Amino acid sequence: MSGIGTGYDLSATTYSPDGKIFQTEYAQKAVDNSSTVLGLRCKDGVVLASEKLVLSKLLVEGSNRRIHNIDRHVGVAVAGLAPDGRMVANRAWDEAASYKRVYGEPIPGHVLCERLGSYVHMFNLYWSLRPYGATMLVAVYDKNGPALYAVDPSGSSMRYFGTAVGKGRQAAKNEIEKLKLADMSCREAVAEAVKILHKVNDEEGKKFELEVSWICDESGKQHQRVPADLLAEAERQAKAALEDSDMDD
Amino acid sequence: MDVSRGASHAEAAPSTGTTIVACTYKGGVVLGADGRVSIGNYITNRASNKIAPLAEYIFLCRSGSAPDTQIISDNVRHYLDQISAESGEEPTVEMAANLVRLINYNNKDHLVGAMLVVGWDRHGGGQVYGAPIGGTLSKEKWAIDGSGSTYIWGYCDSEFKDDMTREEAEHWVMEAIALAMTRDASSGGVIRLVTLDGRGAHHTYISGDKVPQFVGDLPFPAGASPAPFGAPAAQQQQQQAAEAGMVIG
Repeated sequence: MSGIGTGYDLSATTYSPDGKIFQTEYAQKAVDNSSTVLGLRCKDGVVLASEKLVLSKLLVEGSNRRIHNIDRHVGVAVAGLAPDGRMVANRAWDEAASYKRVYGEPIPGHVLCERLGSYVHMFNLYWSLRPYGATMLVAVYDKNGPALYAVDPSGSSMRYFGTAVGKGRQAAKNEIEKLKLADMSCREAVAEAVKILHKVNDEEGKKFELEVSWICDESGKQHQRVPADLLAEAERQAKAALEDSDMDD
Repeated sequence: MDVSRGASHAEAAPSTGTTIVACTYKGGVVLGADGRVSIGNYITNRASNKIAPLAEYIFLCRSGSAPDTQIISDNVRHYLDQISAESGEEPTVEMAANLVRLINYNNKDHLVGAMLVVGWDRHGGGQVYGAPIGGTLSKEKWAIDGSGSTYIWGYCDSEFKDDMTREEAEHWVMEAIALAMTRDASSGGVIRLVTLDGRGAHHTYISGDKVPQFVGDLPFPAGASPAPFGAPAAQQQQQQAAEAGMVIG
């Protein structure tokens, strides 16, 4: 790994001869090496799911949050450096709060994500700052309907039907492409998301937790954790599906 | 000039002592205003336009201090322009109303502006918001403000109906303003109406000689026209007066 950008990778204000900014690429690596996070945009809402490796038995279950509420109608899942993600999530909260104070309505998803993209991009412009090592998957349900966005360390903000980031993103994206998301309800998508996370998890023996949230008609268009019983049922189905495929092997 | 007698124009600021009226109907909104601007007993403008456009389908009815409400309307038009450039969407009526309200509230020690924010957007249809002095904001089915409004609360309360047709709504607004102009010295001149139904903004100008006259026991003045939207009682009354050959010298 070392020596790739030798000489051109010391600051975010230096281009390499082939037109890359290595600091931004290295920030992207921080995201690529983190545990998998995925988002699915269905016909009635958006589901966010994050895999969390449990690093110690001493950790209280459910701690080390990776999914944050930004406003009632917006939720954000963080992949990469968790503290970096928290800073960006706080900025999103600030933007949403000030927009509502001035304009009286919940911030539209595309406005929030453009602003977030501009904010993250700023950290790629100056020698004295380092880029954020986090990608934000933003789930929003505003007056234009449900939408899923991804804001990455370079500051680009894109809208997706479904996407995954982190270690298992390739395998997860392959699975997501097989789904017919436009016909699926969020309830069904929760089960699919959990199944995919279990499938692409390759840390043998290491315990992991799932943090799954949704924002849909069923949740009253508010971003919240998926109900415990639905999550438990989805986990059960996922484990059963894995055993089936193991038996096939 | 003897200042001790002329207390009403001690500050010599023009006032839109006014009547402004707006109401929703089945399919849209109608808004209207009189045309009189006065400094004390001097009418500086007898055909002013108190209806300011804030966006393509959002209008501000102004009453109170003329310069204060003009500045507010200019600022809000600018802010709405900016946010619609950022979001790529038409602003909503609620956004415009909130901006007007914030300016009123944050500058309540200095401003005297009682306004109605009325418009049409594709999310909420036709909407009427009252934004009186001090910084309240209230969404209503109909609203009135200005010095002349005090005389027509009874008329508005008793004659307003839900789900009126466009013609009924235009007649209600016009008649309310005409009645106020009859009794309020600070309201008069002309009536301006704007109707918004999602297909466009339809402007109506009713010149002074066409404004319906409510003369009570007095004989109907010769040469005055019946109400433009065809209130049958007024037409009948005028015909009777003409037949009786009544003339005011």
